[in-house]
Amino acid sequence: MTKYAVELKDLCRTFKTRAVKGTRKKQLVTALDGVDLRIKEGELFGLLGPNGAGKTTIIKILSTLLFPTSGEAKVLGYDVMKESHKIRKVINMVSGGESSGYGLLTVDENLWMFTQFYGMPGKVARKRIDALLRIMELEEKRNVKVRTLSTGMRQKTNMIRGFMTDPSVIFLDEPTLGLDVNAARMIRKFIKNWIRAKPERTVLLTTHYMMEADELCDRVAIINEGKVLACDTPENLKRLVAQESTLKLEIRLVKDIRAFENIKGVKHFTYDHNINAGLTKLKFILDDDAIVSDIVSAVPKSGSKIVSVEKVEPTLEDVFVTLVGRGLVNDI
Amino acid sequence: MIFEDYEKPTWLRMNLRAVVGRAYPRIIGANREPSWVFFETFLPILAVSAYVYFYTAMNAPDQFIGYVIIGGAMTAYWMNVLWSMAAQWFWEKEMGNLELFLIAPISRMAILGGMALGGMFTSTVRALSTMIAGILLFGVAFSLHDPLMFIGIFVFTMLALYGMGMMFASLYMLWGREAWHMSNLLTEPIYLASGFYFPIKGFVHILGQPGFWVAAGASIIPITLGLDAMRQVLYPAEVDGFLPLWVELLALVLLTGIFLILAKLSLEHMEKVAKREGRLTMRWQ
Repeated sequence: MTKYAVELKDLCRTFKTRAVKGTRKKQLVTALDGVDLRIKEGELFGLLGPNGAGKTTIIKILSTLLFPTSGEAKVLGYDVMKESHKIRKVINMVSGGESSGYGLLTVDENLWMFTQFYGMPGKVARKRIDALLRIMELEEKRNVKVRTLSTGMRQKTNMIRGFMTDPSVIFLDEPTLGLDVNAARMIRKFIKNWIRAKPERTVLLTTHYMMEADELCDRVAIINEGKVLACDTPENLKRLVAQESTLKLEIRLVKDIRAFENIKGVKHFTYDHNINAGLTKLKFILDDDAIVSDIVSAVPKSGSKIVSVEKVEPTLEDVFVTLVGRGLVNDI
Repeated sequence: MIFEDYEKPTWLRMNLRAVVGRAYPRIIGANREPSWVFFETFLPILAVSAYVYFYTAMNAPDQFIGYVIIGGAMTAYWMNVLWSMAAQWFWEKEMGNLELFLIAPISRMAILGGMALGGMFTSTVRALSTMIAGILLFGVAFSLHDPLMFIGIFVFTMLALYGMGMMFASLYMLWGREAWHMSNLLTEPIYLASGFYFPIKGFVHILGQPGFWVAAGASIIPITLGLDAMRQVLYPAEVDGFLPLWVELLALVLLTGIFLILAKLSLEHMEKVAKREGRLTMRWQ
């Protein structure tokens, strides 16, 4: 029988906003709207969605910080409402941009302090902290006050904090948010190695970055406006849009983007202006390859010139755009 | 990476470790910034000096200088409870620490206990510096005839006071940004009502029967009775105590029990409300 690390059944969560000034009326915002998910033990599972999609709300409910409005949420079979004390023994959580701990304490002292909240004996804590500082290449910073660390170093410290208790299930809420390429790569590598070393460990990762989800996750759920739109392996998700073509175009900085709107057969398109380079990057998801000529002929109408054309294989981003109707960078 | 396993600690040991863990930043952090140490010890002496010079100018009896010094020393604990216990819980939320405390498999009381223990330590440094300044600069003399009674009063004043701080902490968790307005509101009026710089029996002398009820009302704050009892022990011949010493000690013991129980209950209740309303996870609400 499959053992589930996380089970969500018809999970709903609403929030009341503050009353609008001058009125006593409070609005009800739906953060989760009937979410059903099952994450197997040993899975590295990704939740992919834009801001406000409900990713963090799911993590807060699973980490026992928030009650669901209705529905059911379980971690390793324990109910978040009734057995939160059992859940807390087997989980941990790391968020991107987290500023936990105390700036006046050193890296070493902060980490030691958090081990004490799990009742870890001093010697065990020492060994684990040493090992993780080495892996994260932070050994030289162990006696440095946390407030003097860079964002990347701080996030590595947060990762050590989350992993040093050796949780059976760890929740990572956008752990590479705002990090430089090297720091993000190191953290991704660490997550991969951590789960490989002990197959019963489970990771639930939320991310904005398609590439990160594609690279790391065994399965991905795409979530938008509190609903799960699709849930499968990255490969299977990409197959959903495999019958469509993706065309990438690099053109001189476009004057009138509207020239690309309403081209028949274009399912979605996104763009990104690079003003410094004087270029606009366009990405189209097409029903049929035959439309390529229509797009190419629209370029002069937009007041621009083609620099490069590329037909690409579908990515998770294409899946996302198809399902959500917009990209994470530009809304069209 | 595979970690070596270890024998899981008992519930008590785990929570005691949590108390030590949370007390650590208080104790270390407070003494790591030299400027803080200076301000913590020097500035309170300035405030106390003003009252000392005021009483001296009025030719008040010598013991009044002693009352002020004791009040000045105890101010450190009151400020600590208001700003570093009660309001701190709110700041922990803003810093992201509260979530991590609450997902740890420990009692929330252990976290508050650690904060209290650390706070008591740092406040004691400040209180001692005020006492030493009082003795060296103003020649204050105390006569400690009953050290056991003094220790008992001090210990139960601390327990009751920090129990109250724990209770406030859980309330502040929901109040959000209003927290520090509340702390502000409770600062100066309590200096007056609790008799930080004069014996509270003064209310009875000036206002008669209503004055008694002012002092009795202020006695809900443990420092009121603690201060009065300490003055009675240190100046047994001179001070006109509000209530007999043993009554004040008994009241402090009762207040300790009441505040610790209320702290636990309100913490559990507030946590439930906060999880239901989503306030634990919202910042700057």
